[in-house]
Amino acid sequence: MGRSSLIEVCGLNSYYHKRQVLFDIRFGIQDTGITVIMGVSGCGKTTILRHLIGLKRTGPGEILVDGRDLGKFSEREMQGYRRRIGVLFQSGALFNSMTVSENIAVPLKVHTRLASETIHIMALIKLNLLGLTEFGGYMPSQLSGGMRKRAGLARALAMDPEILFVDEPSSGLDPITAAGLDRLILELRDALGMTIVVVTHELESAFRIADRLIVMDRGRILAAGSPEEIRASHNARVRQFLERTSDPRGVDPSGYLSRIVGSETMGSES
Amino acid sequence: MIRWVQLLGALFLEQLAFLGRMGLFFIYMIRGILRPPGKFRSVVKQIHFIGTKSFFVIGFTAAFTGMVLGLQGYYTLAKFGSEGLLGSGVALSLIRELGPVLSALMVTGRAGSAMVAEIGIMRIDEQIDALECMAIDPYAYLISPKFLASLVCLPLLTAYFDVVGIFGGYVIGVDLLGVSPGAYLSGVEKSVVWKDVYMGIVKSICFAVLMVWICTYKGFYTGVDEGNFGPEQVSRATTDAVVLSSVSILAMDYVVTSILL
Repeated sequence: MGRSSLIEVCGLNSYYHKRQVLFDIRFGIQDTGITVIMGVSGCGKTTILRHLIGLKRTGPGEILVDGRDLGKFSEREMQGYRRRIGVLFQSGALFNSMTVSENIAVPLKVHTRLASETIHIMALIKLNLLGLTEFGGYMPSQLSGGMRKRAGLARALAMDPEILFVDEPSSGLDPITAAGLDRLILELRDALGMTIVVVTHELESAFRIADRLIVMDRGRILAAGSPEEIRASHNARVRQFLERTSDPRGVDPSGYLSRIVGSETMGSES
Repeated sequence: MIRWVQLLGALFLEQLAFLGRMGLFFIYMIRGILRPPGKFRSVVKQIHFIGTKSFFVIGFTAAFTGMVLGLQGYYTLAKFGSEGLLGSGVALSLIRELGPVLSALMVTGRAGSAMVAEIGIMRIDEQIDALECMAIDPYAYLISPKFLASLVCLPLLTAYFDVVGIFGGYVIGVDLLGVSPGAYLSGVEKSVVWKDVYMGIVKSICFAVLMVWICTYKGFYTGVDEGNFGPEQVSRATTDAVVLSSVSILAMDYVVTSILL
């Protein structure tokens, strides 16, 4: 490790019931920049995220935060850690019974003694940052998918976190909205110098924003490095993921249908 | 044979884990009362939802329960020439038994099911995870206000049920069947003692605790055991919670009655 790691994952294993889903995961999250964890659906990237934010605490291995194991944090220490982080969930996870403004105000109301007028102004600042100034009074159900994610991001930023965790920012969004959200994440890194960890399966999005990439497959890390290093990887599974082929040997997926149709035709002819 | 023993053991361990988790949930719910955030506004909101919005349905149920008691009681007592005891019969049945039980069942059906659905949807939509990640205790924020509001609402709704029910019995007994109003009201006054009222209050508090405990627990753990956070889990949790709460209320009714009688 050349640069200092804010969070260090050391030999993490994880289980869902009795099924192992993560195998000996090791990587560090540097104290600046964007780390992207990517891989196909079901490869375990969201499980890693849940470990990193303290929602899943079982399984052998350690996650070191400031040199101390997150799994052994007391409740008070965990509360302290969580005040340092912001999390954008895949669905946005906005409270449906509150307006967007009220959603953003929740952590401020609970953790600060600020007057309600001040909290309102702070919520407006976050809304403005995310381009949602006019939508503060809207209910989450009145927003589009992209706006819900931006509102979720505004709430995640409400307490000015040191580290931001983002789960699948572009999933379910059209390419233009997804690119807009990626630009927003880059702006947050550049403007606020924030440490950001993004979990995604979208290749374009991952390469657009990543300073460091971690490629996962079936609960294991296949490759880790800069986007250039990942692009140059000779690992068959990494190449398959990058080239979006269905076979590690590099078969062109566009020929899939014609192969099936061809074989069926041959079968019927014979 | 060994397979049967294994199955029985697994079932026992599963139930033990369920009870342990429910016990811990109860402790966290109580602890949440003392933890931030402040609960005044959220408790008032819950009182409005659980109490005020149940006012009509409780009144309606109470009126018809009292009327049925008046009707049945009159013809039963008439066989023994004791129609004058109708007021006592209606009042004691309602205050000791039917008021607390039916109020609790109605509140479970109306507010308890809504609690499960609300918390269950929050679970499957990652909103409870979001609360935890914002360093907000979900028990203190979501569960404890509902618990406090139910403790306030259920005894009051039970008292309201009793009054409306006695009035319903009066309408049928006095206005329709010709029992003397003085006999009816003096029967109520003479037969009901503090112990009866106390029993009703204790029961309604026990039922409130049971209802909130079971309904919020089922909502909070929606889909967790199955590892499946789909909408069907919310409907299943809601059904389970209402059935379990209702059965528990009836069982608790027997326990409290046998202790306090």
